[in-house]
Amino acid sequence: MSVFEFFAPGSFGMSMVAIVAMGFATVLMRTSGFWLMAHVTMTPRIRRMLEALPGSIVVAMVLPIVVKGGPVAVLSVAVAASLMAWRGNQILAVAAGVVAAALARALF
Amino acid sequence: MVLPAMPVMALFAFAFGTFAVQKGLDLAVATLMSAIMFAGASQFVATEAWGNSQSLAGILTLVMFTAMVNLRFLLMSASMRPWLGSLHPWQSYPALAVLTEPGWLLGLRYRASGGADAAIVLGGGIAFWVIWIIGTQAGYFFGMFFSDPKRFGIDLVMPLFFIVVLVPLWRGPRRATPWAVAGIVALLAAEFIPGQWYIMAGAVAGCVTGGFIDERV
Repeated sequence: MSVFEFFAPGSFGMSMVAIVAMGFATVLMRTSGFWLMAHVTMTPRIRRMLEALPGSIVVAMVLPIVVKGGPVAVLSVAVAASLMAWRGNQILAVAAGVVAAALARALF
Repeated sequence: MVLPAMPVMALFAFAFGTFAVQKGLDLAVATLMSAIMFAGASQFVATEAWGNSQSLAGILTLVMFTAMVNLRFLLMSASMRPWLGSLHPWQSYPALAVLTEPGWLLGLRYRASGGADAAIVLGGGIAFWVIWIIGTQAGYFFGMFFSDPKRFGIDLVMPLFFIVVLVPLWRGPRRATPWAVAGIVALLAAEFIPGQWYIMAGAVAGCVTGGFIDERV
């Protein structure tokens, strides 16, 4: 197989190029924030901003998905969140959320 | 510390595997995606748009989607600076290369409870990576036999996982104000801005809000 055949449209080679390119973009994101912060002085304000970041990222990712997912998604998330608050067990909480969604879909 | 998150991570990878079958990806492509990208949300998006992968322009589109969805890693790695900043770059950057949400959130919690061993970020990241690949393949085989994973609620694993890691971060309503702002901005952005910008828009809005909420209670 020649190089040209390997990278022809629809080929495995082309898929590889796509995946490696996406992987590169991902690693760049993973490292550049850390690198950038080396050049920013840590003030109390910036510290508070960084503290607010984790929860903000999570909420921004999840809320639109849940709203789009409708009542089943809301129910499932509510079950998981309350169980997590009550027992503090991640596996239990996610499993219960999944079961709740499966049940709701089976019943309605 | 990393162990409790393993099954959840495996389930998330499993969900990706079943999704990849549905969208007609090869097992090799799905596996390589998990091995090289190692970023669930962006893998879902790339799989959804995989039809683009066979031309250079299409690949550029995929890379842009990936960068958009994974922009949050930029913020996450920024928040690792106070912890990993004192290490030699040869130690900090490999750890960052395997940074994921569970690794990051668990790492922050570990540090908040007094832990300081940064090797846990790298070690945990590598362990997650292995689980991630195995889980993808398991999900792929499952998806070949069951055509409707939605019936089992597997499509909700990703949001459920994130909600569950959010709960222990709760420090009362005042400290959650940035979250509310992040949620509202993300919803609006998801509605009105095309593409995947809503994560970044919400996260930045929450982050800035956090900067303006001062320490007095």
